[in-house]
Amino acid sequence: MHDVTARPGPPVPAVPPAPAVPAVPAGRRRNRTRALGLLAALALLTAAAVLSVAVGAKALSPAEVWHGLTDPASPAYPVVNRMRVPRTLLGLLAGTALGLAGAVMQAVTRNPLADPGLLGINAGASAAIATAIAFLGVGGFTGYVWFGLAGAGVVSALVYAVGGGRRATPARLALAGAALNAALYSYVSAVMLLDSGSLDRMRFWTIGSLAATTPGTVAAVAPFVLVGAVLALALARPLNALAMGEESATALGARPARIRAGAVLTVTLLCGAATAACGPIVFIGLTVPHLVRALTGPDLRWMLPYCAVLAPLLLLGSDVLGRILGRPGELQVGIVTSVLGGLFFLLLVRRAKAARA
Amino acid sequence: MPLVAATPRLTARDLTLSYDRRTVAEGLDVEIPDHSFTVVIGPNACGKSTLLRALARVLRPTRGTVLLDGADLARLPARRVARTLGLLPQSSVAPDGITVADLVARGRHPHQGLLRQWSHEDERITEESMAATGVAELADRPVDELSGGQRQRVWIAMALAQQTPLLLLDEPTTYLDISHQIEVLDLCDRLHRTQGRTLVAVLHDLNQAARYATHLIVMRDGRVVAAGDPGEILTAELVEEVYRLPCRIIPDPETGTPLVVPAAPKRN
Amino acid sequence: MTDLARTRTLRTPGGLSVRYRPRTVLAVTACLFTAAAVAVATLGSGDYPLTPGEVLSALTGGGDPAADFVVNELRLPRVVTALLTGAALALSGAVLQALVRNPLGSPDILGLTQGATTGALLVVATGGSSLALAGGAVAGGTAAGALIRALARRGGTGGHRLVLVGIGVAAVLGGVNGYLLTRIQLMEAARALLWLTGSLDGRGWDDALPLLAVLAVLLPVVLLACGPGLRMLELGDDTALALGVPIERIRPALLACAVLLASVAAAAAGPVSFVALTAPQLARRLTRAPGPNLLASTAMGAALLAAADLAAQHAFGQRQLPVGVVTGVLGGGYLVWLLAAERRAGRL
Repeated sequence: MHDVTARPGPPVPAVPPAPAVPAVPAGRRRNRTRALGLLAALALLTAAAVLSVAVGAKALSPAEVWHGLTDPASPAYPVVNRMRVPRTLLGLLAGTALGLAGAVMQAVTRNPLADPGLLGINAGASAAIATAIAFLGVGGFTGYVWFGLAGAGVVSALVYAVGGGRRATPARLALAGAALNAALYSYVSAVMLLDSGSLDRMRFWTIGSLAATTPGTVAAVAPFVLVGAVLALALARPLNALAMGEESATALGARPARIRAGAVLTVTLLCGAATAACGPIVFIGLTVPHLVRALTGPDLRWMLPYCAVLAPLLLLGSDVLGRILGRPGELQVGIVTSVLGGLFFLLLVRRAKAARA
Repeated sequence: MPLVAATPRLTARDLTLSYDRRTVAEGLDVEIPDHSFTVVIGPNACGKSTLLRALARVLRPTRGTVLLDGADLARLPARRVARTLGLLPQSSVAPDGITVADLVARGRHPHQGLLRQWSHEDERITEESMAATGVAELADRPVDELSGGQRQRVWIAMALAQQTPLLLLDEPTTYLDISHQIEVLDLCDRLHRTQGRTLVAVLHDLNQAARYATHLIVMRDGRVVAAGDPGEILTAELVEEVYRLPCRIIPDPETGTPLVVPAAPKRN
Repeated sequence: MTDLARTRTLRTPGGLSVRYRPRTVLAVTACLFTAAAVAVATLGSGDYPLTPGEVLSALTGGGDPAADFVVNELRLPRVVTALLTGAALALSGAVLQALVRNPLGSPDILGLTQGATTGALLVVATGGSSLALAGGAVAGGTAAGALIRALARRGGTGGHRLVLVGIGVAAVLGGVNGYLLTRIQLMEAARALLWLTGSLDGRGWDDALPLLAVLAVLLPVVLLACGPGLRMLELGDDTALALGVPIERIRPALLACAVLLASVAAAAAGPVSFVALTAPQLARRLTRAPGPNLLASTAMGAALLAAADLAAQHAFGQRQLPVGVVTGVLGGGYLVWLLAAERRAGRL
């Protein structure tokens, strides 16, 4: 098979990795631009978070929103403080988690198609949680999260092994993921159809939604995402070394096996927790790192922070969009991200074609 | 075999070749002398494989025509072309688990029909092709288990089974070690001399090209720089112009054909 | 075994000849026999159990009126739909896999199934009849096929590219389907969901006959007119062209056939996942022959879907599962195993 010809390669960045000695003024100027860009992205994210608190099925004026946020006696308090705020916070956490997980996966597999949703890792978490709900009677987020993590961990290892390990080609990895996705989701629907009690609890969760968030979920998912995020940022430098290939990395003093294990752990933590909290949301982890790479170049020390900011921006944006488009109800955020992400994916494949010799 | 006519069977006039919108070659005029062993050489990305693909009808020219026996190649039915003109492409895929005999037999495709799937002639030619390339004893082995050199010979056998008077080979020696390279080239030489077939091959090695070719086409940047008998056209000036490589040309001690010896690096 | 795998030739005095492999003939026969056996078992099982002998006599016009009604009126349409759907999906999958030169090319992964779903959901949303629903599915699947072809087209279509474009289209359409589902009124949503999971429940002759007609036309077209060319395509585009296969004509024709088969199958039974993907792979392992194994795949698909439907009806006690769920679990699991096995064998 001639995978090479169809490799949907990332928009090959013309920028080499940041030089180790940033003494040149040009490099410094570049870093300043990147830092300013990051600040701008943060500002956008804040705006999206504000919108997410302000917009919803129940129309509220800005003043009402403010009262609802601060004054427990206000009639808007239950909607704003108990529903929209947790939902926004979860969107931030889940977005960050998925964006970082995608960036780390793409780096470690050196594969532009690596995405937790596409590769079936989210589906693995779903299947484990479905099992827990239907057969073990587990309820509540704290119970879900451990199963989610276990499922995500098993499937990350499986898809990597089945997809061909270090020799995996993008197409093969994607197809291995597709196979796992189909099997796992069929399993989830079988479980749901055979047990109407679980069907009720899982129906919305399997589409991917932020709608039913409670403050408790946010508090429970936060530690996992934070640990995962710290791990991901710590991996930036080693992964940069690995990006130059196994042998060069070893020659530079990096330890590939250890880096890879760390990456799998990170991805498992981030994806497992995010999926347990809001169901499988696909394509965030694929699209955001690609976008960011075009902005910052392949240096993970910049890519990862950008992903951590832009991914929740996309997720919250999609969520707000879903609330607006779906009136009087709302569209689950998973639906919006899969349409947006799918379109972006098509664009990528077509662009890769144009870039090919 | 037809008599040598005034115009050769395979010619190309004013070819412009491109992939997508990227033009690889422009205004190419090429003649493949009948019964020759023509070798196309040139630096990487000079368009030599592209030219071969156009000659084989695999790539449609954006302008100009390839003429086979005076007719526009693009307008001829695919099957008829396939009975006259064979191609060994650079990239072929051996289906999983296919045996050598089955693969070689597929070369008979252009001669078969729905109700004439396997004539005695098909069988005879398949066996002869395997014998000629020395893979007859591998007939029942799966192709995936063979070594690179054996595999290449199997593919050549398939192209031979097509029984075409004209055979085009795109880098038949790539990925082979030196003994297998010589083996493949000797085989081509034999086919050309004993069976009178016209062979066109893209090669990388200048010295092998000079030794085996009866007609040499030298390309650079999508143009034909020189064409003719290797002994006459292969000069140090030409090599320097085409490859930017200072060199000396001496006679090959084995065959007397030109031998390109790169100049030693200047050390003071 | 090697003897069975060796190609034999049948020659007539007039100079005509046909090639066949005994092993392939055996595999096709075995699949057809299994399909028939499963069909008889399905016809005989349910609230009114019948022995195989009773089933056969009812089928041939004998037997008592009650058995005749249960077998020929109630159960036969569903069984026939299962057999035909399986055959159509498997043939579609076998063609697509050979076209993209990838064992995972299938209507599910390329987004054809999702397209059919979108078409069907649009019809459900506007409250169309079940005939309109089938029409919507066919139109949706065909449109998705055309879209993929158009997107993957520019500058020659590599097989992997078709797969990648298909994955993208499948994702977008999946999202669109989710949106449509949330937009559909509750009553229709139940109908849509049942269709969506790929169910053969309550299939009648109206579903089976169009499928039969399409198969009757396309099976010979694919097998006889395009089959030999498809075998050559396996060797790579350049080789196939050099061997005189008119790729520019045969590829769109085959793609159209595959799209049509998958869409019609989806119209009859909903998006039954993974039959198209697994049946050709299973068939290939039975015949141990390279090539698209079109006939063996078709027979295998019929047997597979009939068996999955039998399991879906009776393996989970009182509760019936949609057949699509059974094929999804079996097919997906099998596929993962397949990939792992290929990796172990060093074929990546």
